[in-house]
Amino acid sequence: MGVDLDQLSYSIDATRILRNVSASLPTGSVTGLLGPNGAGKSTLLRIIAGIDKADAGTASLDGVSVGSLNRRDAARRIALLEQNAAPSVELTVLEVVLLGRIPHRTRLMGSFGGEEDRAVAFDALEAVGAGALFDRSWQTLSGGQQQRVQIARAMAQQPSLLLLDEPTNHLDVSAQLSLLAQVRELGVTAIMALHDLNLAAAYCDQIVLLDGGRLVAFGTPAEVLTPEIIGAVYGVDCFILEHPRGGHPVIVYSAAS
Amino acid sequence: MTRARYLGWLVAAIITLILVCGVAVTIGPAAVSLAQVAGSIGAHLGLPVEPVPLLIDSIVWQLRLPRVLTAALVGAGLALSGAVMQSVTRNPLADPYLLGLSSGASVGAVCVVILGVGFALPAAAFAGALLALIATLSIARVGGTITPVRAVLAGLAIAQLAGALTSFIIFWAAKGDSYREILNWLLGSVAGATWESVAIAATAVAVVGTGILLSATRLDAFAFGDTSAASLGINVNRTRWALLGSVALLTGAMVAVSGSIGFVGLILPHLVRGISGPGHRRLLPLVAVCGGLFLVIADTLARTVFDPRELPVGIITAFIGVPVFILLIKRKKSHLWA
Repeated sequence: MGVDLDQLSYSIDATRILRNVSASLPTGSVTGLLGPNGAGKSTLLRIIAGIDKADAGTASLDGVSVGSLNRRDAARRIALLEQNAAPSVELTVLEVVLLGRIPHRTRLMGSFGGEEDRAVAFDALEAVGAGALFDRSWQTLSGGQQQRVQIARAMAQQPSLLLLDEPTNHLDVSAQLSLLAQVRELGVTAIMALHDLNLAAAYCDQIVLLDGGRLVAFGTPAEVLTPEIIGAVYGVDCFILEHPRGGHPVIVYSAAS
Repeated sequence: MTRARYLGWLVAAIITLILVCGVAVTIGPAAVSLAQVAGSIGAHLGLPVEPVPLLIDSIVWQLRLPRVLTAALVGAGLALSGAVMQSVTRNPLADPYLLGLSSGASVGAVCVVILGVGFALPAAAFAGALLALIATLSIARVGGTITPVRAVLAGLAIAQLAGALTSFIIFWAAKGDSYREILNWLLGSVAGATWESVAIAATAVAVVGTGILLSATRLDAFAFGDTSAASLGINVNRTRWALLGSVALLTGAMVAVSGSIGFVGLILPHLVRGISGPGHRRLLPLVAVCGGLFLVIADTLARTVFDPRELPVGIITAFIGVPVFILLIKRKKSHLWA
Protein backbone atom coordinates (compact mmCIF):
# COMPACT_ATOMS: atom_id res chain seq x y z
CA MET A 1 0.00 0.00 0.00
CA GLY A 2 1.08 3.63 0.15
CA VAL A 3 1.92 5.36 -3.09
CA ASP A 4 2.71 3.40 -6.24
CA LEU A 5 3.99 5.10 -9.34
CA ASP A 6 3.89 2.78 -12.31
CA GLN A 7 5.56 3.81 -15.58
CA LEU A 8 4.29 7.41 -15.50
CA SER A 9 4.79 9.42 -18.67
CA TYR A 10 3.60 12.92 -19.49
CA SER A 11 4.13 15.31 -22.40
CA ILE A 12 3.14 18.87 -23.16
CA ASP A 13 2.82 19.22 -26.93
CA ALA A 14 5.85 17.36 -28.23
CA THR A 15 7.97 17.86 -25.10
CA ARG A 16 8.33 14.83 -22.86
CA ILE A 17 8.14 16.06 -19.27
CA LEU A 18 8.15 12.64 -17.58
CA ARG A 19 9.29 9.28 -18.97
CA ASN A 20 8.40 5.96 -17.37
CA VAL A 21 8.75 7.03 -13.76
CA SER A 22 8.14 4.18 -11.31
CA ALA A 23 8.57 4.07 -7.57
CA SER A 24 6.84 2.61 -4.53
CA LEU A 25 6.55 4.69 -1.35
CA PRO A 26 5.35 3.09 1.90
CA THR A 27 2.51 4.53 3.99
CA GLY A 28 3.70 7.05 6.57
CA SER A 29 7.04 7.67 4.89
CA VAL A 30 8.47 11.04 3.90
CA THR A 31 9.88 11.14 0.38
CA GLY A 32 12.15 13.82 -1.04
CA LEU A 33 11.64 14.58 -4.71
CA LEU A 34 14.91 15.94 -6.04
CA GLY A 35 16.24 17.02 -9.40
CA PRO A 36 17.54 20.06 -11.26
CA ASN A 37 15.16 22.79 -12.43
CA GLY A 38 12.91 21.43 -15.14
CA ALA A 39 13.44 17.81 -14.08
CA GLY A 40 9.64 17.33 -13.83
CA LYS A 41 9.18 17.53 -10.04
CA SER A 42 6.15 19.85 -10.02
CA THR A 43 4.53 17.93 -12.87
CA LEU A 44 4.99 14.64 -11.05
CA LEU A 45 3.36 16.12 -7.94
CA ARG A 46 0.41 17.40 -9.99
CA ILE A 47 -0.05 13.96 -11.54
CA ILE A 48 0.10 12.22 -8.17
CA ALA A 49 -2.48 14.75 -6.92
CA GLY A 50 -4.72 13.85 -9.87
CA ILE A 51 -4.75 17.42 -11.18
CA ASP A 52 -2.92 16.53 -14.40
CA LYS A 53 -3.55 13.20 -16.11
CA ALA A 54 -0.56 11.09 -17.11
CA ASP A 55 -0.36 10.13 -20.80
CA ALA A 56 0.64 6.64 -19.79
CA GLY A 57 1.09 4.75 -16.55
CA THR A 58 -0.77 5.12 -13.28
CA ALA A 59 -0.25 6.72 -9.91
CA SER A 60 -2.14 4.93 -7.17
CA LEU A 61 -2.73 5.61 -3.51
CA ASP A 62 -3.52 2.65 -1.26
CA GLY A 63 -4.33 0.58 -4.32
CA VAL A 64 -6.71 3.11 -5.91
CA SER A 65 -5.68 4.73 -9.18
CA VAL A 66 -5.67 8.50 -8.62
CA GLY A 67 -6.63 9.15 -12.23
CA SER A 68 -9.88 7.22 -11.74
CA LEU A 69 -11.04 9.48 -8.87
CA ASN A 70 -13.10 12.58 -9.53
CA ARG A 71 -11.56 15.86 -8.34
CA ARG A 72 -13.53 15.94 -5.13
CA ASP A 73 -12.72 12.37 -4.08
CA ALA A 74 -9.08 12.98 -4.92
CA ALA A 75 -9.11 16.13 -2.76
CA ARG A 76 -10.40 14.17 0.21
CA ARG A 77 -7.36 11.89 0.03
CA ILE A 78 -4.56 14.04 -1.36
CA ALA A 79 -3.57 17.62 -0.49
CA LEU A 80 -1.14 19.53 -2.68
CA LEU A 81 0.62 22.71 -1.63
CA GLU A 82 1.95 24.60 -4.62
CA GLN A 83 4.94 26.94 -4.53
CA ASN A 84 4.53 30.51 -3.33
CA ALA A 85 0.74 30.54 -3.25
CA ALA A 86 -0.78 33.85 -2.18
CA PRO A 87 -4.46 34.75 -1.82
CA SER A 88 -6.13 37.36 -4.02
CA VAL A 89 -8.26 38.67 -1.15
CA GLU A 90 -7.51 39.45 2.47
CA LEU A 91 -8.02 36.36 4.58
CA THR A 92 -7.45 35.52 8.22
CA VAL A 93 -5.42 32.45 9.15
CA LEU A 94 -8.55 30.58 10.23
CA GLU A 95 -10.28 31.40 6.93
CA VAL A 96 -7.27 30.03 5.03
CA VAL A 97 -7.29 26.78 7.01
CA LEU A 98 -11.07 26.42 6.61
CA LEU A 99 -10.56 26.36 2.84
CA GLY A 100 -9.16 22.90 3.44
CA ARG A 101 -12.62 21.75 4.50
CA ILE A 102 -14.12 22.51 1.09
CA PRO A 103 -13.79 18.95 -0.29
CA HIS A 104 -15.64 17.63 2.78
CA ARG A 105 -18.61 19.97 2.49
CA THR A 106 -21.88 19.11 0.86
CA ARG A 107 -21.73 19.99 -2.79
CA LEU A 108 -24.10 22.91 -2.99
CA MET A 109 -24.62 24.81 0.22
CA GLY A 110 -21.94 23.33 2.48
CA SER A 111 -21.91 25.44 5.60
CA PHE A 112 -18.94 27.74 5.85
CA GLY A 113 -17.10 27.30 9.12
CA GLY A 114 -19.59 25.07 10.94
CA GLU A 115 -18.52 23.85 14.36
CA GLU A 116 -17.06 20.57 13.13
CA ASP A 117 -15.07 22.30 10.41
CA ARG A 118 -13.75 24.82 12.90
CA ALA A 119 -12.66 22.06 15.27
CA VAL A 120 -10.75 20.30 12.48
CA ALA A 121 -9.20 23.62 11.43
CA PHE A 122 -8.04 24.43 14.97
CA ASP A 123 -6.60 20.93 15.36
CA ALA A 124 -4.69 21.37 12.11
CA LEU A 125 -3.33 24.73 13.26
CA GLU A 126 -2.25 23.23 16.59
CA ALA A 127 -0.58 20.35 14.76
CA VAL A 128 1.73 22.77 12.94
CA GLY A 129 2.29 24.88 16.07
CA ALA A 130 0.34 27.85 14.71
CA GLY A 131 -2.73 27.73 16.96
CA ALA A 132 -2.09 31.22 18.33
CA LEU A 133 -2.14 32.75 14.87
CA PHE A 134 -5.77 31.90 14.06
CA ASP A 135 -7.14 35.45 13.96
CA ARG A 136 -4.12 37.07 12.30
CA SER A 137 -4.38 38.40 8.77
CA TRP A 138 -2.52 36.14 6.31
CA GLN A 139 -0.64 39.11 4.82
CA THR A 140 0.96 39.98 8.16
CA LEU A 141 2.59 36.56 8.66
CA SER A 142 6.26 35.78 8.07
CA GLY A 143 7.17 33.42 5.24
CA GLY A 144 7.66 30.54 7.66
CA GLN A 145 4.32 31.18 9.36
CA GLN A 146 2.55 31.34 5.99
CA GLN A 147 3.97 27.95 5.03
CA ARG A 148 2.89 26.47 8.36
CA VAL A 149 -0.61 27.81 7.85
CA GLN A 150 -0.63 26.40 4.32
CA ILE A 151 0.33 23.01 5.71
CA ALA A 152 -2.46 23.36 8.27
CA ARG A 153 -4.85 24.07 5.39
CA ALA A 154 -3.65 20.91 3.66
CA MET A 155 -4.00 18.91 6.91
CA ALA A 156 -7.56 20.24 7.34
CA GLN A 157 -8.33 18.28 4.18
CA GLN A 158 -7.51 15.22 6.34
CA PRO A 159 -5.52 13.71 3.51
CA SER A 160 -3.79 10.35 3.51
CA LEU A 161 -1.12 11.86 1.26
CA LEU A 162 0.47 15.30 1.55
CA LEU A 163 2.30 16.75 -1.45
CA LEU A 164 4.54 19.78 -0.99
CA ASP A 165 6.18 21.70 -3.82
CA GLU A 166 9.34 23.34 -2.50
CA PRO A 167 7.89 24.17 0.92
CA THR A 168 11.15 25.67 2.17
CA ASN A 169 11.46 28.20 -0.65
CA HIS A 170 12.32 31.69 0.62
CA LEU A 171 12.48 30.56 4.26
CA ASP A 172 15.38 31.27 6.59
CA VAL A 173 17.43 28.37 7.92
CA SER A 174 15.61 28.00 11.20
CA ALA A 175 12.20 28.13 9.51
CA GLN A 176 13.34 25.51 6.97
CA LEU A 177 14.47 23.10 9.69
CA SER A 178 11.43 23.52 11.90
CA LEU A 179 9.04 23.24 8.95
CA LEU A 180 10.48 19.94 7.78
CA ALA A 181 10.62 18.59 11.32
CA GLN A 182 6.95 19.52 11.57
CA VAL A 183 6.10 17.63 8.37
CA ARG A 184 7.77 14.51 9.83
CA GLU A 185 5.84 14.87 13.07
CA LEU A 186 2.49 14.95 11.26
CA GLY A 187 2.94 11.26 10.57
CA VAL A 188 1.15 11.49 7.22
CA THR A 189 2.63 10.04 4.02
CA ALA A 190 4.39 13.00 2.41
CA ILE A 191 6.18 13.68 -0.84
CA MET A 192 8.02 16.97 -1.12
CA ALA A 193 9.95 18.54 -3.94
CA LEU A 194 13.13 20.04 -2.52
CA HIS A 195 16.16 21.82 -3.91
CA ASP A 196 18.41 21.47 -0.88
CA LEU A 197 20.05 18.03 -0.94
CA ASN A 198 21.12 18.31 2.69
CA LEU A 199 17.59 19.02 3.87
CA ALA A 200 16.38 16.03 1.89
CA ALA A 201 19.12 13.86 3.40
CA ALA A 202 18.21 14.95 6.92
CA TYR A 203 14.42 14.75 6.77
CA CYS A 204 13.44 12.15 4.17
CA ASP A 205 13.12 8.38 4.44
CA GLN A 206 13.72 7.94 0.75
CA ILE A 207 14.70 10.01 -2.23
CA VAL A 208 13.28 10.06 -5.75
CA LEU A 209 15.82 11.73 -8.02
CA LEU A 210 14.62 12.97 -11.41
CA ASP A 211 16.62 14.35 -14.29
CA GLY A 212 15.12 15.35 -17.62
CA GLY A 213 11.88 13.59 -16.72
CA ARG A 214 13.55 10.24 -16.03
CA LEU A 215 13.94 8.52 -12.70
CA VAL A 216 17.70 8.49 -12.11
CA ALA A 217 17.83 7.00 -8.66
CA PHE A 218 15.45 5.84 -5.96
CA GLY A 219 16.36 4.69 -2.47
CA THR A 220 17.45 5.88 0.95
CA PRO A 221 19.35 9.17 1.13
CA ALA A 222 22.61 7.24 1.63
CA GLU A 223 21.94 5.15 -1.48
CA VAL A 224 20.93 8.03 -3.75
CA LEU A 225 23.10 10.90 -2.56
CA THR A 226 26.51 9.68 -3.67
CA PRO A 227 29.23 11.79 -5.31
CA GLU A 228 28.81 9.81 -8.55
CA ILE A 229 25.06 10.30 -8.86
CA ILE A 230 25.11 13.95 -7.74
CA GLY A 231 27.98 14.63 -10.13
CA ALA A 232 26.13 13.02 -13.03
CA VAL A 233 22.82 14.82 -12.39
CA TYR A 234 23.86 18.24 -11.15
CA GLY A 235 27.34 18.45 -12.69
CA VAL A 236 28.98 19.40 -9.39
CA ASP A 237 31.84 17.89 -7.45
CA CYS A 238 31.08 16.91 -3.87
CA PHE A 239 32.10 14.86 -0.84
CA ILE A 240 29.76 12.94 1.37
CA LEU A 241 30.31 13.09 5.14
CA GLU A 242 28.36 11.43 7.88
CA HIS A 243 26.31 13.71 10.12
CA PRO A 244 27.84 13.58 13.63
CA ARG A 245 24.39 13.27 15.24
CA GLY A 246 21.89 11.81 12.79
CA GLY A 247 24.29 9.60 10.87
CA HIS A 248 22.63 10.70 7.61
CA PRO A 249 24.72 11.87 4.68
CA VAL A 250 25.94 15.47 4.56
CA ILE A 251 26.85 16.79 1.13
CA VAL A 252 29.81 19.14 0.94
CA TYR A 253 30.30 20.76 -2.44
CA SER A 254 33.66 21.55 -3.92
CA ALA A 255 33.91 25.09 -5.23
CA ALA A 256 33.43 25.21 -8.98
CA SER A 257 36.81 25.49 -10.67
CA MET B 1 -18.15 38.11 12.70
CA THR B 2 -20.74 35.87 14.27
CA ARG B 3 -23.60 34.45 12.27
CA ALA B 4 -26.16 36.52 14.21
CA ARG B 5 -24.29 39.74 13.53
CA TYR B 6 -24.02 38.95 9.84
CA LEU B 7 -27.74 38.21 9.64
CA GLY B 8 -28.36 41.50 11.45
CA TRP B 9 -26.43 43.33 8.75
CA LEU B 10 -28.26 41.49 5.98
CA VAL B 11 -31.71 42.16 7.42
CA ALA B 12 -30.84 45.81 8.07
CA ALA B 13 -29.61 46.16 4.48
CA ILE B 14 -32.80 44.60 3.10
CA ILE B 15 -35.04 46.86 5.20
CA THR B 16 -32.98 49.89 4.18
CA LEU B 17 -33.30 48.87 0.53
CA ILE B 18 -37.10 48.60 0.79
CA LEU B 19 -37.38 51.95 2.58
CA VAL B 20 -35.01 53.68 0.16
CA CYS B 21 -36.98 52.28 -2.81
CA GLY B 22 -40.19 53.61 -1.26
CA VAL B 23 -38.71 57.03 -0.60
CA ALA B 24 -37.14 57.13 -4.08
CA VAL B 25 -40.60 56.67 -5.62
CA THR B 26 -41.86 59.72 -3.70
CA ILE B 27 -39.09 61.91 -5.09
CA GLY B 28 -39.67 63.70 -8.38
CA PRO B 29 -41.39 66.69 -10.01
CA ALA B 30 -44.85 65.63 -8.78
CA ALA B 31 -45.20 65.34 -5.01
CA VAL B 32 -46.17 61.84 -3.89
CA SER B 33 -46.35 60.73 -0.27
CA LEU B 34 -45.03 57.46 1.09
CA ALA B 35 -48.63 56.53 2.01
CA GLN B 36 -49.72 57.08 -1.59
CA VAL B 37 -46.85 54.87 -2.80
CA ALA B 38 -47.97 52.13 -0.44
CA GLY B 39 -51.59 52.68 -1.48
CA SER B 40 -50.84 52.44 -5.18
CA ILE B 41 -48.78 49.29 -4.78
CA GLY B 42 -51.41 47.79 -2.49
CA ALA B 43 -54.21 48.50 -4.96
CA HIS B 44 -52.29 46.86 -7.81
CA LEU B 45 -51.57 43.84 -5.67
CA GLY B 46 -55.32 43.59 -5.03
CA LEU B 47 -55.11 44.48 -1.34
CA PRO B 48 -58.14 46.22 0.23
CA VAL B 49 -56.64 49.73 0.45
CA GLU B 50 -58.10 53.16 -0.06
CA PRO B 51 -57.76 54.10 -3.75
CA VAL B 52 -55.11 56.67 -4.74
CA PRO B 53 -55.88 59.52 -7.22
CA LEU B 54 -55.50 58.20 -10.78
CA LEU B 55 -52.72 60.63 -11.73
CA ILE B 56 -50.67 59.77 -8.64
CA ASP B 57 -51.29 56.10 -9.25
CA SER B 58 -50.02 56.22 -12.81
CA ILE B 59 -46.94 58.25 -11.76
CA VAL B 60 -46.15 55.66 -9.10
CA TRP B 61 -47.10 52.49 -10.95
CA GLN B 62 -46.24 53.35 -14.55
CA LEU B 63 -43.25 55.66 -14.19
CA ARG B 64 -41.34 55.66 -10.97
CA LEU B 65 -41.79 52.20 -9.50
CA PRO B 66 -40.56 50.27 -12.56
CA ARG B 67 -37.58 52.58 -12.73
CA VAL B 68 -36.67 52.23 -9.05
CA LEU B 69 -37.12 48.45 -9.10
CA THR B 70 -35.06 48.15 -12.29
CA ALA B 71 -32.29 50.20 -10.66
CA ALA B 72 -32.37 47.96 -7.58
CA LEU B 73 -32.25 44.75 -9.64
CA VAL B 74 -29.55 46.02 -12.02
CA GLY B 75 -27.45 47.14 -9.06
CA ALA B 76 -27.82 43.70 -7.50
CA GLY B 77 -26.98 41.90 -10.75
CA LEU B 78 -23.91 44.01 -11.49
CA ALA B 79 -22.58 43.70 -7.93
CA LEU B 80 -22.99 39.91 -8.06
CA SER B 81 -21.25 39.81 -11.45
CA GLY B 82 -18.32 41.79 -10.09
CA ALA B 83 -17.97 39.57 -7.02
CA VAL B 84 -17.92 36.39 -9.13
CA MET B 85 -15.48 37.80 -11.67
CA GLN B 86 -13.11 39.00 -8.96
CA SER B 87 -13.03 35.51 -7.50
CA VAL B 88 -12.66 33.30 -10.56
CA THR B 89 -10.19 35.58 -12.34
CA ARG B 90 -8.37 36.36 -9.05
CA ASN B 91 -8.40 39.96 -10.15
CA PRO B 92 -9.47 42.68 -7.70
CA LEU B 93 -10.07 44.97 -10.69
CA ALA B 94 -12.44 42.58 -12.45
CA ASP B 95 -15.84 44.04 -13.21
CA PRO B 96 -18.22 43.54 -16.14
CA TYR B 97 -17.65 47.14 -17.20
CA LEU B 98 -13.84 47.26 -16.97
CA LEU B 99 -13.40 43.92 -18.74
CA GLY B 100 -15.63 44.97 -21.64
CA LEU B 101 -18.63 42.66 -21.02
CA SER B 102 -21.07 45.53 -20.58
CA SER B 103 -19.93 47.24 -23.78
CA GLY B 104 -20.15 43.96 -25.66
CA ALA B 105 -23.65 43.43 -24.34
CA SER B 106 -24.58 46.93 -25.51
CA VAL B 107 -23.59 46.04 -29.08
CA GLY B 108 -25.86 43.00 -28.91
CA ALA B 109 -28.68 45.07 -27.42
CA VAL B 110 -28.56 47.90 -29.97
CA CYS B 111 -28.56 45.35 -32.80
CA VAL B 112 -32.00 44.33 -31.56
CA VAL B 113 -33.34 47.68 -30.37
CA ILE B 114 -32.02 49.91 -33.16
CA LEU B 115 -31.54 47.60 -36.13
CA GLY B 116 -34.51 45.42 -35.28
CA VAL B 117 -32.54 42.19 -35.64
CA GLY B 118 -35.07 39.47 -34.93
CA PHE B 119 -33.61 38.15 -31.70
CA ALA B 120 -34.70 38.35 -28.09
CA LEU B 121 -33.13 41.42 -26.47
CA PRO B 122 -31.57 39.69 -23.45
CA ALA B 123 -30.28 36.84 -25.61
CA ALA B 124 -28.55 39.28 -27.98
CA ALA B 125 -27.03 41.18 -25.05
CA PHE B 126 -25.85 37.88 -23.55
CA ALA B 127 -24.20 36.91 -26.84
CA GLY B 128 -22.47 40.29 -26.96
CA ALA B 129 -21.26 39.99 -23.35
CA LEU B 130 -20.00 36.45 -23.91
CA LEU B 131 -18.10 37.40 -27.08
CA ALA B 132 -16.54 40.40 -25.33
CA LEU B 133 -15.54 38.22 -22.37
CA ILE B 134 -13.89 35.60 -24.58
CA ALA B 135 -12.14 38.32 -26.60
CA THR B 136 -10.83 40.10 -23.48
CA LEU B 137 -9.53 36.94 -21.85
CA SER B 138 -7.95 35.69 -25.09
CA ILE B 139 -6.13 38.98 -25.61
CA ALA B 140 -5.03 39.11 -21.97
CA ARG B 141 -3.78 35.53 -22.00
CA VAL B 142 -0.06 35.46 -22.69
CA GLY B 143 1.92 32.29 -22.06
CA GLY B 144 -1.02 30.60 -20.37
CA THR B 145 -1.49 33.23 -17.68
CA ILE B 146 -3.71 36.28 -17.36
CA THR B 147 -2.41 39.05 -15.13
CA PRO B 148 -4.96 41.47 -13.67
CA VAL B 149 -3.34 44.45 -15.35
CA ARG B 150 -3.34 42.79 -18.80
CA ALA B 151 -6.98 41.84 -18.30
CA VAL B 152 -7.93 45.45 -17.59
CA LEU B 153 -5.95 46.68 -20.61
CA ALA B 154 -7.54 44.09 -22.88
CA GLY B 155 -10.94 45.00 -21.43
CA LEU B 156 -10.25 48.64 -22.24
CA ALA B 157 -9.51 47.78 -25.86
CA ILE B 158 -12.64 45.65 -26.21
CA ALA B 159 -14.78 48.28 -24.46
CA GLN B 160 -13.50 50.96 -26.84
CA LEU B 161 -14.20 48.81 -29.87
CA ALA B 162 -17.64 47.79 -28.63
CA GLY B 163 -18.48 51.40 -27.69
CA ALA B 164 -17.50 52.53 -31.19
CA LEU B 165 -19.64 49.76 -32.70
CA THR B 166 -22.60 50.78 -30.55
CA SER B 167 -22.27 54.43 -31.58
CA PHE B 168 -21.80 53.44 -35.22
CA ILE B 169 -24.94 51.31 -35.26
CA ILE B 170 -27.00 54.11 -33.71
CA PHE B 171 -25.67 56.73 -36.15
CA TRP B 172 -26.20 54.33 -39.05
CA ALA B 173 -29.84 53.92 -38.16
CA ALA B 174 -30.07 57.72 -37.56
CA LYS B 175 -33.59 57.94 -36.31
CA GLY B 176 -34.71 60.31 -33.61
CA ASP B 177 -32.23 61.64 -31.10
CA SER B 178 -29.07 59.64 -31.84
CA TYR B 179 -26.85 61.44 -29.36
CA ARG B 180 -29.14 60.89 -26.43
CA GLU B 181 -29.61 57.25 -27.43
CA ILE B 182 -25.84 56.70 -27.66
CA LEU B 183 -25.25 58.32 -24.28
CA ASN B 184 -27.86 56.13 -22.65
CA TRP B 185 -26.27 52.93 -23.95
CA LEU B 186 -22.67 53.95 -23.31
CA LEU B 187 -23.14 55.57 -19.92
CA GLY B 188 -26.07 53.50 -18.75
CA SER B 189 -29.48 54.74 -17.76
CA VAL B 190 -32.66 53.30 -16.31
CA ALA B 191 -34.75 56.30 -17.46
CA GLY B 192 -36.77 54.24 -19.91
CA ALA B 193 -37.46 51.37 -17.52
CA THR B 194 -40.82 49.63 -17.86
CA TRP B 195 -42.40 46.63 -16.16
CA GLU B 196 -40.86 44.57 -18.94
CA SER B 197 -37.42 45.79 -17.79
CA VAL B 198 -38.29 44.76 -14.26
CA ALA B 199 -39.34 41.31 -15.47
CA ILE B 200 -36.13 40.75 -17.46
CA ALA B 201 -33.86 41.96 -14.66
CA ALA B 202 -35.77 40.10 -11.94
CA THR B 203 -35.71 36.81 -13.83
CA ALA B 204 -31.98 37.09 -14.49
CA VAL B 205 -31.11 38.06 -10.92
CA ALA B 206 -33.32 35.34 -9.45
CA VAL B 207 -32.22 32.51 -11.73
CA VAL B 208 -28.53 33.31 -12.25
CA GLY B 209 -28.20 34.71 -8.73
CA THR B 210 -29.44 31.44 -7.24
CA GLY B 211 -26.95 29.47 -9.33
CA ILE B 212 -24.13 31.74 -8.22
CA LEU B 213 -25.16 31.52 -4.57
CA LEU B 214 -25.14 27.73 -4.78
CA SER B 215 -21.54 27.97 -6.06
CA ALA B 216 -20.38 30.05 -3.08
CA THR B 217 -18.06 27.35 -1.73
CA ARG B 218 -16.50 26.86 -5.14
CA LEU B 219 -15.88 30.59 -5.38
CA ASP B 220 -14.07 30.48 -2.04
CA ALA B 221 -11.78 27.74 -3.33
CA PHE B 222 -10.21 30.08 -5.92
CA ALA B 223 -8.62 32.27 -3.22
CA PHE B 224 -5.15 30.76 -3.63
CA GLY B 225 -5.32 30.22 -7.36
CA ASP B 226 -6.08 27.45 -9.82
CA THR B 227 -3.78 24.72 -8.53
CA SER B 228 -5.00 25.31 -5.03
CA ALA B 229 -8.63 25.20 -6.16
CA ALA B 230 -7.97 21.95 -8.03
CA SER B 231 -6.28 20.52 -4.95
CA LEU B 232 -9.43 21.43 -2.97
CA GLY B 233 -11.49 19.27 -5.30
CA ILE B 234 -12.72 21.91 -7.75
CA ASN B 235 -12.93 21.12 -11.44
CA VAL B 236 -11.22 24.40 -12.25
CA ASN B 237 -11.87 24.91 -15.95
CA ARG B 238 -15.45 23.69 -15.92
CA THR B 239 -16.29 25.76 -12.83
CA ARG B 240 -14.61 28.89 -14.11
CA TRP B 241 -16.34 28.83 -17.49
CA ALA B 242 -19.72 27.97 -16.00
CA LEU B 243 -19.44 30.90 -13.62
CA LEU B 244 -18.09 33.33 -16.20
CA GLY B 245 -20.88 32.23 -18.55
CA SER B 246 -23.39 32.97 -15.78
CA VAL B 247 -21.84 36.40 -15.34
CA ALA B 248 -22.15 37.07 -19.08
CA LEU B 249 -25.80 36.03 -18.91
CA LEU B 250 -26.47 38.23 -15.90
CA THR B 251 -24.57 41.20 -17.30
CA GLY B 252 -26.31 40.76 -20.65
CA ALA B 253 -29.72 40.96 -19.01
CA MET B 254 -28.70 44.00 -16.96
CA VAL B 255 -27.32 45.83 -20.01
CA ALA B 256 -30.41 44.95 -22.04
CA VAL B 257 -32.52 47.03 -19.66
CA SER B 258 -30.05 49.74 -18.62
CA GLY B 259 -27.07 50.07 -20.97
CA SER B 260 -23.58 49.72 -19.56
CA ILE B 261 -23.48 51.15 -16.07
CA GLY B 262 -19.94 51.18 -14.76
CA PHE B 263 -18.19 50.58 -11.45
CA VAL B 264 -21.05 49.00 -9.49
CA GLY B 265 -19.50 45.56 -9.97
CA LEU B 266 -16.04 46.87 -9.17
CA ILE B 267 -16.55 48.78 -5.95
CA LEU B 268 -19.43 47.04 -4.18
CA PRO B 269 -17.63 43.71 -3.58
CA HIS B 270 -14.64 45.55 -2.09
CA LEU B 271 -16.82 47.63 0.23
CA VAL B 272 -19.02 44.72 1.31
CA ARG B 273 -16.08 42.33 1.95
CA GLY B 274 -15.09 44.75 4.72
CA ILE B 275 -18.33 43.82 6.50
CA SER B 276 -19.07 40.25 5.42
CA GLY B 277 -15.51 38.96 5.18
CA PRO B 278 -14.23 37.17 2.06
CA GLY B 279 -16.42 34.04 2.30
CA HIS B 280 -18.85 34.07 -0.62
CA ARG B 281 -21.79 32.57 1.29
CA ARG B 282 -21.89 35.79 3.23
CA LEU B 283 -20.52 38.15 0.61
CA LEU B 284 -22.95 37.34 -2.22
CA PRO B 285 -26.35 38.02 -0.55
CA LEU B 286 -25.11 41.21 1.10
CA VAL B 287 -23.35 42.48 -2.03
CA ALA B 288 -26.55 41.97 -4.05
CA VAL B 289 -28.67 43.95 -1.59
CA CYS B 290 -26.06 46.70 -1.23
CA GLY B 291 -25.60 46.87 -5.00
CA GLY B 292 -29.32 47.45 -5.37
CA LEU B 293 -29.27 50.08 -2.65
CA PHE B 294 -26.31 51.85 -4.26
CA LEU B 295 -27.88 52.03 -7.71
CA VAL B 296 -31.29 53.19 -6.44
CA ILE B 297 -29.59 56.05 -4.59
CA ALA B 298 -27.34 56.84 -7.57
CA ASP B 299 -30.33 56.89 -9.96
CA THR B 300 -32.36 59.07 -7.62
CA LEU B 301 -29.44 61.52 -7.55
CA ALA B 302 -29.16 61.28 -11.34
CA ARG B 303 -32.74 62.42 -11.86
CA THR B 304 -32.94 65.04 -9.11
CA VAL B 305 -29.62 66.81 -8.54
CA PHE B 306 -29.77 68.83 -11.76
CA ASP B 307 -33.55 68.90 -11.92
CA PRO B 308 -35.13 69.40 -14.45
CA ARG B 309 -32.12 68.01 -16.30
CA GLU B 310 -31.66 64.29 -15.95
CA LEU B 311 -28.27 62.56 -16.05
CA PRO B 312 -27.63 58.99 -17.16
CA VAL B 313 -27.01 57.11 -13.89
CA GLY B 314 -23.65 55.88 -15.22
CA ILE B 315 -22.28 59.42 -14.75
CA ILE B 316 -23.06 59.26 -11.04
CA THR B 317 -21.62 55.75 -10.61
CA ALA B 318 -18.46 56.89 -12.42
CA PHE B 319 -18.11 59.93 -10.15
CA ILE B 320 -18.27 57.61 -7.15
CA GLY B 321 -16.51 54.62 -8.70
CA VAL B 322 -13.43 56.19 -10.26
CA PRO B 323 -12.00 57.51 -6.96
CA VAL B 324 -12.47 54.04 -5.48
CA PHE B 325 -10.78 52.52 -8.55
CA ILE B 326 -7.82 54.88 -8.05
CA LEU B 327 -7.68 53.96 -4.37
CA LEU B 328 -7.52 50.27 -5.30
CA ILE B 329 -4.63 50.94 -7.67
CA LYS B 330 -2.73 53.04 -5.16
CA ARG B 331 -3.17 51.03 -2.02
CA LYS B 332 -0.23 49.23 -0.51
CA LYS B 333 -1.70 45.77 -0.89
CA SER B 334 -1.66 46.17 -4.64
CA HIS B 335 1.24 43.68 -4.56
CA LEU B 336 -1.57 41.15 -4.36
CA TRP B 337 -2.39 41.62 -8.00
CA ALA B 338 0.52 43.39 -9.72
